[in-house]
Amino acid sequence: MAKTILTVDDSASIRQMVKFTLTKEGYNIIEASDGKDALAKTGGSKIDMVVTDLNMPNMDGITLIKELRAKPEFRFTPIIMLTTESQDSKKMEGKAAGATGWIVKPFQPEQLVTVTKKVLG
Amino acid sequence: MSTDVHQDVFIQEATELLQELEQSLLELEDNSEDMELVARVFRAMHTIKGSGAMFGFENIAALVHSIETSYDLVRNGKLGITKPMLDYSLKACDIIKEMLTDPSMKADSPLALKISAFFTETGGQAPVKKQREPVNKEELLTSQNLTTFRITFKPSADILLFGSNPELLVKEVASLGEASVSALTTDMPLLDSMEPEKCYTYWEIILTTNKTENDIRDVFIFVQDESEINISVIDDFTGGSDSLKKIGEILLEKGDISHEELTSLMDSRKLIGEVMVEKGIVSQDALDAALKEQQHVRNVREQKAAAENISSVRVPSEKLDFLVDLVGELVTVQARLSQIAVKENNQEMLKVAEEVERLVWELRDNTMSIRMLEIGSTFSKFKRLVRDLSAELGKEIELVTHGGETEIDKTVIEKLGDPLVHLIRNSIDHGIETPQERVAAGKDHKGHITLSATHSGGSVLIEIADDGNGINRDAVLKKAKAKGLVPENSELSDKEVFDLIFAPGFSTAEKVSSVSGRGVGMDVVRRNIESLRGTIDISSVQGKGTTITLKLPLTLAIIDGLLVVIGGQFFIIPLSIVNECIEFNEAAHKSSSGRRIIMVRNELIPYVHLRSFFDIREEAPEIQQIVIIEIEKRRIGFVVDNVVGDHQTVIKSLGKAFRDIECISGATVLGDGSVALIVDVQKIYTGIE
Repeated sequence: MAKTILTVDDSASIRQMVKFTLTKEGYNIIEASDGKDALAKTGGSKIDMVVTDLNMPNMDGITLIKELRAKPEFRFTPIIMLTTESQDSKKMEGKAAGATGWIVKPFQPEQLVTVTKKVLG
Repeated sequence: MSTDVHQDVFIQEATELLQELEQSLLELEDNSEDMELVARVFRAMHTIKGSGAMFGFENIAALVHSIETSYDLVRNGKLGITKPMLDYSLKACDIIKEMLTDPSMKADSPLALKISAFFTETGGQAPVKKQREPVNKEELLTSQNLTTFRITFKPSADILLFGSNPELLVKEVASLGEASVSALTTDMPLLDSMEPEKCYTYWEIILTTNKTENDIRDVFIFVQDESEINISVIDDFTGGSDSLKKIGEILLEKGDISHEELTSLMDSRKLIGEVMVEKGIVSQDALDAALKEQQHVRNVREQKAAAENISSVRVPSEKLDFLVDLVGELVTVQARLSQIAVKENNQEMLKVAEEVERLVWELRDNTMSIRMLEIGSTFSKFKRLVRDLSAELGKEIELVTHGGETEIDKTVIEKLGDPLVHLIRNSIDHGIETPQERVAAGKDHKGHITLSATHSGGSVLIEIADDGNGINRDAVLKKAKAKGLVPENSELSDKEVFDLIFAPGFSTAEKVSSVSGRGVGMDVVRRNIESLRGTIDISSVQGKGTTITLKLPLTLAIIDGLLVVIGGQFFIIPLSIVNECIEFNEAAHKSSSGRRIIMVRNELIPYVHLRSFFDIREEAPEIQQIVIIEIEKRRIGFVVDNVVGDHQTVIKSLGKAFRDIECISGATVLGDGSVALIVDVQKIYTGIE
């Protein structure tokens, strides 16, 4: 069965790119525009991996990661955050919150695929 | 073969298509709006791609795919033709042409990659690539800079809570090359204290790969802060094949056991690993991991050797020997041809003869080089010898080898083994002191024996050097006098004293050990080396060490010789030791004292009449020639009737009946069928000294 990935970003173009890239690799994609939206969309089908931006309105990525990790069904789910290079402290913060890994923006579609394969198999 | 026929048809078709493609592309340059042209380009690309993949040209298919996609977009009006697009398309045509002639060419040359990248970008759609293609084993094994790593990956207990799956990471590492993975569960707690969400397992991966340590570390990028990751090189394929590590060594290296524990167990007769597990020093897990590592290194080495052998051909050595014989015959016949050509003074024939001569020489050199072997294989045998012997004698000795890649004729190498064993044994037994003695003498407690090989003109120099005690000059002299090898009151130079060691029945060791000291060694060694037309030289500094140098000819089959005549009989003097030839007037040099010494360039050189030496009765001509040769840095002259010139000498042994003839090392057949004897210069030299 195809695995489902939740992509969370306030930029539609990034979401588009993630969706386009990962759909081609055979994953199901659910889109969310911020942390709040993401949490609202986690109720349905099982989510196998989350790709989230950090800076978002309403609820930022770090809070989202913490919220997700608190949920029993997300304890072991790989969560990848998208950061910019200048945010090294953010990277640490994200890790502390429970992120599995990160992708530094800007990134190539192949990088996303590589990381996805790495954490999701 | 039918596939070949199809391939040929495809190549022909593709060549035509490429021509058409080029034509269309050039026209497109002038008229980029012509959709008919675009369609033609697309069709040509499509056909090349489709048939290419069918007939084994996957490389072409891979390259054309992205280009085709772009032109498809153009055809559908989604993309406009640009100048770079046409440029790259034309370049792609060139690459495809090359690929057609060489199907093994990959679509990964910088230009090809650039082309693919360009069209992938413009076309938007990348060719569906398989993620991380499985490493091609054959390619891996034959690749350069192959290294075997030991990777210990100890994830933090909480790794699972971060959504990381250690199993995936281990698999990713394993996909980098040839890997053996052991999961170690020594840290696993008992069931009642175990938390199911924690990770207690750690992994040990033995990986043989052409990737670097950094590539491996990259795999662990997300978890490297929390996890313990140790990467160490355990085998970089530089050592000989005999140097496989023992289980004890592996465990020691990994810190599973201490040095003391290991040595205390070494004496027991059982398999060391079993003993260790029995005594509870290491866990079964740790032992299995070490065994796996040993197995892995052995397997990979074997596979590598097998893979490398594919690129070479194994031929029975008799076939090669036969080939060398044939070349020898050919050289003789060629000499005859040249002689006849000169005699007839036929220009046409002379030309042919010269050409044949050049070809024969090349053939000779090539054939000889096939028989050349690297001496390294011989060297590596001694590692074991040094290890075992030094342990037996309670000494710590390390063998260092240099120049293992030096090539030398197979027949020479075969006969070299025994003398080398002898010399190395001598160094271990007599040369290197015990660790206590060494420390007392202010030296490193570990002794070194250096075995090196270098080319020197037409010979190979092999040096066995130790940093031991050196030769005790006085002890040697005393012993020699006691044995009556030298007169009681004689004064000898260092060199002469050292040479005494080679005298039959000489031994200086106070006690006779199982290793050496029976005094049958060195004279046999010298005889062996001399039978290879080599020389042996010894130098030693008391307290510092001894160096023995063997000088050996590259080959035993054919040498460059100087052809000379004495009383109508031909002789060959090995050209490699000939210094010069000068005219010699017996009458003018008649020395009043009767000593045979000639002044050459202000140097007094002793000379020998080969005529009288070989007892040739004929009268000597008034003007003779003197051939000056150099042996052991000394010059000596041989008087002969006439020097004919250099001659490719195919060495033939004289046969059983003449085996005991001294001063003649063999014979060769000349162009006119007559026989020339090869002068054993070394023997004559030592004989008259």
